[in-house]
Amino acid sequence: MNIIVCVKQVPDTTVVKIDPVKGTLIREGVPSIMNPDDKGGLELALRLKDQFGAHVTVISMGPPQADVMLREALAMGADRAILLSDRKFAGADTLATSYALSGLCRVLDYDLIIAGRQAIDGDTAQVGPELAEHLDLPQITYVAGARVLENGNLEVDKENEDGVQVLEVEGKCLLTVLASAFDARYMSVSGIMEAYDKEVEVWSADKIDVEEGKLGLAGSPTKVFKSFPKAMKAPGEVHEVTPEEAVELIVNQLKAKHII
Amino acid sequence: MDKKDYKNVFVFAEQRYGVIQPVALELLGKARDLADALGEKVVAMLLGEGIKDQAQMLIEQGADEVIVVDTPELKEFLSEQYSQAVGQIILDRKPSIVLYGATTIGRDLAPRIASRLKTGLTADCTKLEIEPDANNEPEFRMTRPAFGGNLMATIICPNNRPQMSTVRPGVMQKMQRQAGRQGIVTEFTPKFDTSKFKVKLVKFIQADKQMADISEAKILVSGGRGVHDKEGFDKLQALANVLGGQVASSRAMVDNGVMPHECQVGQTGKTVRPNLYMACGISGAIQHLAGMEESDFIIAINKDKFAPIFSVADLGIVGDLHKIVPMLTERIKKELEK
Repeated sequence: MNIIVCVKQVPDTTVVKIDPVKGTLIREGVPSIMNPDDKGGLELALRLKDQFGAHVTVISMGPPQADVMLREALAMGADRAILLSDRKFAGADTLATSYALSGLCRVLDYDLIIAGRQAIDGDTAQVGPELAEHLDLPQITYVAGARVLENGNLEVDKENEDGVQVLEVEGKCLLTVLASAFDARYMSVSGIMEAYDKEVEVWSADKIDVEEGKLGLAGSPTKVFKSFPKAMKAPGEVHEVTPEEAVELIVNQLKAKHII
Repeated sequence: MDKKDYKNVFVFAEQRYGVIQPVALELLGKARDLADALGEKVVAMLLGEGIKDQAQMLIEQGADEVIVVDTPELKEFLSEQYSQAVGQIILDRKPSIVLYGATTIGRDLAPRIASRLKTGLTADCTKLEIEPDANNEPEFRMTRPAFGGNLMATIICPNNRPQMSTVRPGVMQKMQRQAGRQGIVTEFTPKFDTSKFKVKLVKFIQADKQMADISEAKILVSGGRGVHDKEGFDKLQALANVLGGQVASSRAMVDNGVMPHECQVGQTGKTVRPNLYMACGISGAIQHLAGMEESDFIIAINKDKFAPIFSVADLGIVGDLHKIVPMLTERIKKELEK
């Protein structure tokens, strides 16, 4: 079984700060990490590899620095890593990004593609389904479990608001995975050593199956009109008081608001 | 593509088990504003099996027309079946705007459609508006949080149609229902390519539904890391009980398995706007604030006086929730007995 796992390097948004004057992100000092849902996807691929001996290829699109994240994926147990890196991809929205990734997938052999549900910097959850459509593959999103059945089909648990749909899919497909369902393994010492002997392949746009006009900014239907820091409402009163006084304050407010 | 050929604001009217979801009505309310600003019509797409009777309700909530696809293939939500039906409606009717709920269904379907039609999609919008562009033509602007809620971005889709967005449940306001409001109901029959139906439903396992949906609650008592454990949440539950509210949770307490995902508030959980939100032992990461800061009244109890939750709280208490919450519960009980 050949598995492609899509991963993205993202700033750790839990520590991102905003420049209050310019309204831009302060990127200095913000660590870059493998997107958590993508890491969950890699874990699922590696579990299938442990069970069935799959060949796992991690792919990413991004600047050359994403090499570090792909090395981490190799050290976790992935067999091959390809980074799509080319100025022609710059400014891509989700449609153009998924199109570029589809061009890479088309020149690789695969039985299964796994992506994270969404990236913590964009939170769109769009690249996975858009990629599936470009490749004319069935998709299952919000995946919390996957098993190979005796007939070779995949049985997948899809989480939704009111429960879990158990789905069976025939043939090739694309899954988008929830990090919370797949606790990712750590890099092993031998994995780290082996990762140094493996190469992160950096590919430009001319190595993949795409029309150039559909890449990057030119291939992106959506444009950012403006971005700005979120308006914060004025903070209310903060009291450092005894528990008795705290109860009094809260009860008075609840009465004033006609809640009790 | 001539943009002038594309008209009207379409809403994907999500239903589950024959029940129209609240987000569908919220989207109709917003679509009404947008369509009125553009001088266009609101059209709801209602897909499923045995759902035709509910079209009139969508008209009373703001739709001028309801396109109904009532067929056994659409009984359950399956990506390919729904993508074919919605994709064909859009190709046939050429809407200028299409709105979907940012639910597990909408966020599965909308990107599939966007990629099929090669158009733009903006996820999780919190604001949708029509403003004049540089040529004084009406422009659809979609605003959404980015970078985990640290930044807001306004997105446009200038050259492709339809312009599409998903909107989180609980963000837009539905219209007051107008009984007897007139509109038309159109039936649509998709031409299914069944050779592409590769995914089948084996079974559905209903989640333990003892808990009502927190996004519908008027009062939420919410706990974070400072609550520590299940016993801590029992104290919050007792308070919620006397207030007639429900318990919610921060991401931390869901990730560590203390609370189920259904009650998680925040960027990767639910957006809530109750009348009262009591944040107990929640530090207030920006991802959490993004899910609750629109609440009418926010009370925060936290040991750390520098906790960011205090920046959005109307009333902040620096103190130990494990002491305050049980005392408050007893006190409110007495107040209510008076």
